[in-house]
Formats: sequence, C-alpha cells, structure tokens
Amino acid sequence: MTELLLIAFVVVLVGMVAAIAIVGSRRRARRRGQVSRSSAPPLQAPAVPKVAPPPQSAPLAEAPPAIEPAEAPPVERVEPAEAPPVEEEISPKKRFRDRLARARGTFSSALSSMLSRKAIDEETWEDLEEALVRCDVGIDLTQQILQDLEARAKAEGVKDPDGIITLLKDELESLLAGQDRSLVANGDSLTTWLMVGVNGVGKTTTIAKLAKRNVDAGKSVVLAAGDTFRAAAAEQLQVWGERTGAEVIRGQEGADPASVVYDATDAARARHADLLIVDTAGRLHTKVNLMEELKKVRRVIEKAGGGLTETLLVIDATTGQNGLSQARQFSEAVDVTGIVLTKLDGSARGGIVVAVERELGIPVKLVGLGEGASDLMEFEPRYFVDALFE
Amino acid sequence: MFDSLSDRLQGIFGRLRSRGRLSEKDVDAVLREVRVALLEADVNFKVAKSLVARVKDRAVGEDLSKSLDPAQQVIKIVHEELINTLGTSAVKLKMASHPPTRLLLAGLQGSGKTTTAGKLAVFMRKAGHRPLLVACDLQRPAAIEQLRTIGRQVDIPVYSIDPPGDPVQVARDALEHARNMGNDVMIVDTAGRLAIDEALMTEMAEIRQAIDPEAVLLVVDAMTGQDAVGVAEEFVTRVGVDGVILSKLDGDARGGAAISVREVTGAPIYFAGLGEKLGEFDVFHPDRMAGRILGMGDVLTLIEKAEQEFDVEQAKAMEEKIRKAAFDLEDFLGQLQKVKKMGSMTQLLGMLPGIPGIGKINADDFDEAEFGKVEAIIRSMTAEERRKPAIIKGSRRRRIAKGSGTTPADVNMLLRQFGEVQKMMKQFAGVGRKGKRRRMMMPDFPALPE
Repeated sequence: MTELLLIAFVVVLVGMVAAIAIVGSRRRARRRGQVSRSSAPPLQAPAVPKVAPPPQSAPLAEAPPAIEPAEAPPVERVEPAEAPPVEEEISPKKRFRDRLARARGTFSSALSSMLSRKAIDEETWEDLEEALVRCDVGIDLTQQILQDLEARAKAEGVKDPDGIITLLKDELESLLAGQDRSLVANGDSLTTWLMVGVNGVGKTTTIAKLAKRNVDAGKSVVLAAGDTFRAAAAEQLQVWGERTGAEVIRGQEGADPASVVYDATDAARARHADLLIVDTAGRLHTKVNLMEELKKVRRVIEKAGGGLTETLLVIDATTGQNGLSQARQFSEAVDVTGIVLTKLDGSARGGIVVAVERELGIPVKLVGLGEGASDLMEFEPRYFVDALFE
Repeated sequence: MFDSLSDRLQGIFGRLRSRGRLSEKDVDAVLREVRVALLEADVNFKVAKSLVARVKDRAVGEDLSKSLDPAQQVIKIVHEELINTLGTSAVKLKMASHPPTRLLLAGLQGSGKTTTAGKLAVFMRKAGHRPLLVACDLQRPAAIEQLRTIGRQVDIPVYSIDPPGDPVQVARDALEHARNMGNDVMIVDTAGRLAIDEALMTEMAEIRQAIDPEAVLLVVDAMTGQDAVGVAEEFVTRVGVDGVILSKLDGDARGGAAISVREVTGAPIYFAGLGEKLGEFDVFHPDRMAGRILGMGDVLTLIEKAEQEFDVEQAKAMEEKIRKAAFDLEDFLGQLQKVKKMGSMTQLLGMLPGIPGIGKINADDFDEAEFGKVEAIIRSMTAEERRKPAIIKGSRRRRIAKGSGTTPADVNMLLRQFGEVQKMMKQFAGVGRKGKRRRMMMPDFPALPE
C-alpha cells in the first residue's frame, strides 16, 4: 500500500512540478516584461484603448476631501442594538483610551513587571519583547524595534525603565509617522470607495458606518452589494441601507459581482450621488480566481466612471501574522490605498498594522472602536500608542 | 518571509557541525530559532515559552550532539511536542444517548460560525444523521436569512422564528421541534460577540443552560493572532468550551492559534473548515497541523487528494512513462487536468514541502489563468504533434497559435519549457533505474528554467 502511495505521490509531484515549471515561469517572465503585450489574451487587447483615464483623476489630489468622516456630526439616530442613543461629543483621544482599555490591560501587565524593577537588565528587554509580541506586532519587527531601542538607550544614556517606555512610545510613533491618513474624495463628481478583505473581518458593518456618517453629513450615498457569494449578504446590506438612508443596488445571489458593481456605478452616476461604497465578498487572499474577480470589479468601476479614490482593506484586529500576507496580496491585486482596522474594542490589539505600515507602507486610515457609527474613527497613531501605555 | 523552521535549523547546525560539538549555548541558539518559528506562526507567547521549555528538556535528555542529524532531531522533537499539545489523533464527537445530540456553536464575530454550522450539518448528514440547524443569531442583520439560505442550498431543515424573539426561547423550542421531527442532531448557531460583551456572554450561558448541549464548540479563525488565548479563556470561564472547530484553514495562515486554544481550553479540536464550499470541511488531524505550523507542508493531505483522482493502474502507467522518459504533451495535459481537479494550485502548493534546491514555491508566482492558456495551446495540436513536439515548426506553430488564440511566441515558450521538463524527467528516470526508489521521493531538482 505504501508503495502505491509513493507512486501516486511521485506522479502528482511530477505533474505539479511540470505545471509549475511551465505555468509558473510564464508568469514570472511576464512579470519581468519579457513577454510582449501581444501575448495577452486577444480578448482584452481591443478593450484597452477604451479604458480612458477617468477625467476626474487629475484633480483628485487637490480636491478637498469632501467626504470626511471625522467631520460628520456626532448626533445619531436611535438604532437598537448597534448605536447608543445620542452620543455625547467624546474626544477621539478619550474614545481611544476607553475602548482600548482591554488591550491595555494585557499589554501593560508585561510592562508593569518591567517597571517594578529599578534598573534595565536582560529581563527588561524580555518583558518588552513579550509586550510587543502579544500585541501581534510580530517577532521580526519586535526584535528590530528593540535593537533600535537598545542603541538609543545607550546613546542617550537612559538607564531607568520609565525612560525606556518613553523611548519605546517614541519609537512606535515614529514608525507610524508621516502617513497621509485622510480619505480622498472627488470634489464635484461621484466618488467611489471599494472595500475588500478576507472573510468575516467586518466589511459590511464598516460600510454601514461609513454610509451613516456621510448621509448624516448631507451626502447622498449609494451602496453596491458586490458580495453575491455569501448567503444573504445583500439582505444584510439592504437592512443597513434602510437604517442609514443609503440606497442599495443589488443583483441576484450568485450573479457576477462585476456586473452588479457596474449597474451600481451607473445608477450612482444617474442619481448624481456623492459617494458610492462598494461591498465585496470576503475572500482569502490565496484564492487566485477570487482575486482575479476582485481585479475585474476594480476595472469595472474605473471603466464605468466611478471615480475610484480609495480601495480600503479591512483587517480584523484579532488577525495575527497572516495580516501581512493579506495586505501584500490584496495590494498586489487591487492596489490598496488604506487599511481599516476593525474590532479594536475587543481584547485584541491589532499590532499587525504596525508591521503592515512599516513593510508595505499602506496607511491605516480608519479604526473600528465599537458598534456605533461614530466608533469608526480616523486612525491617530499618537492616541493609539498612548492608549496602549497609559 | 517565512523560512521554514527546518531551513533555519539546517543553517545553525551547518555552522555548528564544522566545530563538531554542541555546547549549552548552541542549544540555546537553536531553541531561540524554534521559539521565533512558533511566534511567527502565531502561537501564543506563553504557550510558545512552555513548549520551548519542554523541547529543551527533551533535547538535553537525548543529547543532540550524538545525533547524526541534529537539525532533524530537534524538528522531530518540536513536531512531537506540537502533536502532544494538539492531541495525538483525530477525535470523534460524542453523541447523546437520548437524541437529539445538541451542539452549540460559539465564537467571535466573523469567526465563521454560520458557515461552519452549515458545514457541520452537511458533515453530520454524510455520517448518517438527520441534522437540524437552529438560528439563534438575532444580532447581525440577515444572519437568520443567511442560515436559511444555507439550509436551502444543502437541503437541511433550519429552525427559526419570525419575527426573532428571545434566542434562549428559540433554542428551547428548537429542541422540542427536533424531538418531534426526529432530528437526531441539532446545531445551534449563535450571535458572534466580542469576548468582552457582558450581555451576549450571559445570553450564551443561558442558552447553554436551556438546552444542556453535548458540546459547546468554539469556532476559531485560523488567522487569529496572540489574542486567541484571551478569547478562549473568556469563553471557557463564561460559557465553557468542550471542543474547537478551526475555520478558514484554507488560507496561508500557519494556524498557531490552534495550539494556543488547545493548550488553554484543553478541549479537543474536532474539525477544520477548508474552503468556501459547504462540503469543504473535515476532521481535524493534529499531525498535519503540527507540520503546517512548522512550515513542513501537508504531504498527507496531498496524497489523499491524489488518491481520489488517480487509480492504481493509471498511476503505474504514468510512472512507467516517466521512467522511460516517454512523457509527452498528451500525458502532461492529462496530468494538468487531474491536478486541477484536486484543488486550486495555490492550495496544493501550500501543502507541498520545500523542494531541495528550490525551496518553498511561492504561490505568488502562480497564475491559475495561465492554466487555461497552456491547455488551449496543447489542445490546438494534433495527436502527432503532442507526441513529438519536435515536429512543430513555422507553419504548424502559426496554426497552433491561431487555434488557441495565442501567439507563436507563446507556443514556443511552452515547447521550450516542456523540453526542460522532459530533461528533468530523464534525470528522475536515471535515478529510478538504479533502483533507489527513495531517491525518487525527494529528487534533487535542477533549477527551474526561468
């Protein structure tokens, strides 16, 4: 029996290696640009000239972000089970601190044992390492941060744990500094934001919150139910549309998401809507065909004149090191412009975004700190870091 | 970015071997690498610590320096310790002596409970049961509708109440309903929650009390990071956890969360979700998971899949061809189709261990769509051309390109690469003739043609 298994294995292996050698190297070659354009499937060739650069794309950068969630009025309608009735104006800093209370607990338990010692020793570094790793920063980046920290401590003559914490804060903040975190919108024509991510990260909920804020800010918002795969996903979006006052464009379950999105873009343009938010089915970044589907959705938005300004990757704060792989793959497929870090109000700390920003340069733009629409906030590195240490 | 542990350790031991003897310091260096590998795989910090301590005890006890291949020895110890933690073999769910068997699903928002409920139901039906799905997620909009749709898709009854009321009452009524309808398994889907949500945790505990389930199954996303421990602890203290289902294992996450959760709950991991379709769900295999966490690939699953596609005669015939270096494009086309049936290439690649000399093949380099093109080109060839690609010259090449909607350059490229593959196979064949079957398992592949 084992003999047969061996044979089967060898045969499969050979098949796969052959496939890899042939198919894989074609891909590599194409990436290097050695295969001329003419080798692209002819179907696409005539289509290329038609995709004129969207006319709005030029003034995009200068256009003031007309749709700016942070400026949305804080008053909210009473919505059972997800938004607390009329929220008071809570300062972003306070909200970060309150909602991250849980995360802080775990993070600083390692820190407090460190602070209880007087001098800096081997254990100090171990405690710091533990604190960072437990935030999902990742062991690689953690070790880099600590190396820098140790060098700085030596150079600046810092000798007490308190001083080290200050340095660490500084280090983390500077890791996250210098990013433009604003959501870009077109001034006077339709703006489209595309939401992508793996399964179960909270794409639809995030869309609902974004819709609410923008509707409240007086914008007309259309939602595209591009998740035609998961059972009842369109219904879920529909419910949110009704609650927030955004129109939902949907197709049949199992329909081609690109066609639904095309219709939605068309409809949004016809209605002179300000903002179109496109929901997509959650997909693991390793599924090539699904990533192709996503590329198509993106192409369709551009082709239909949607004025795409943001492609937001939603990452769940509980995600571990796989988040890096997610960001890399989605970015490659659809050119992600920003990250939404959700569920940060749980016990997870979302440190993986530090690694993502650092490694891939994709800024975290929004964070989800709770169920209410105003709990979706602009990411503010200083508050984020402060809240972890306080 | 993830070098497998074995690569890392080979490196260290390579350096050590030149010095001949392992000092305590050397062992520590090795254990540091083990720890890094575990942390990279998202094994919880504390769990990794205790695992490394156990590995150290054994490594010292077994005296690595005497081992012929200390790197492999360490990996073997780590692998065994991982399996010890994960559970030594696949476990079965206990069924109630008085049906229905009640299974309560719990988990964070977005961990995949509703989909898992559907998958578990399909699995149970395959095992000869008559499952009933119960919709107790009254929080998320359209969650009930989602479960109903899933029920319709796989033709399994779903118990739900319109308009939704008290989930505890729904669960109780469902139990009655299951008894009346003769359903011997009842799977209860509940609202996702953050571990810190008081109200929902209390509700969960109440549902548990109301139906007294055989098992509360915690659904854990395989991509979860360090927090997996916190979540599991919370559910253990508030609701109790009797078993774990690992979801979304079809991605490229290492799944260290499995270790963490298992260590914290002590409850067995029963199942793993392996894909988008409702049939892609299987019993959890600790040994395979251990290999995955260490980046060793999952050859066993690969072989299992292969077995489903190839019968013995075919496999033998193919082996014969490879041995005689008579593998032609016709055979390749057949192989390609079989491999395609086994699952997506990315998924298969994920199961493959690194090949010596090439290392782990990067799934990024792989575009499933290229399959279609290669297939089209081969299909546009005559039988003779497939057997003897050498006869393809100018006009044949143009015809094939035209027929497959590609260019002559594409055809050329395929032919050249196939030539390389044939050369590779001749090398295997050479090995095979010497009767060293074992060498065939892990041949030293020549560098792939670029």
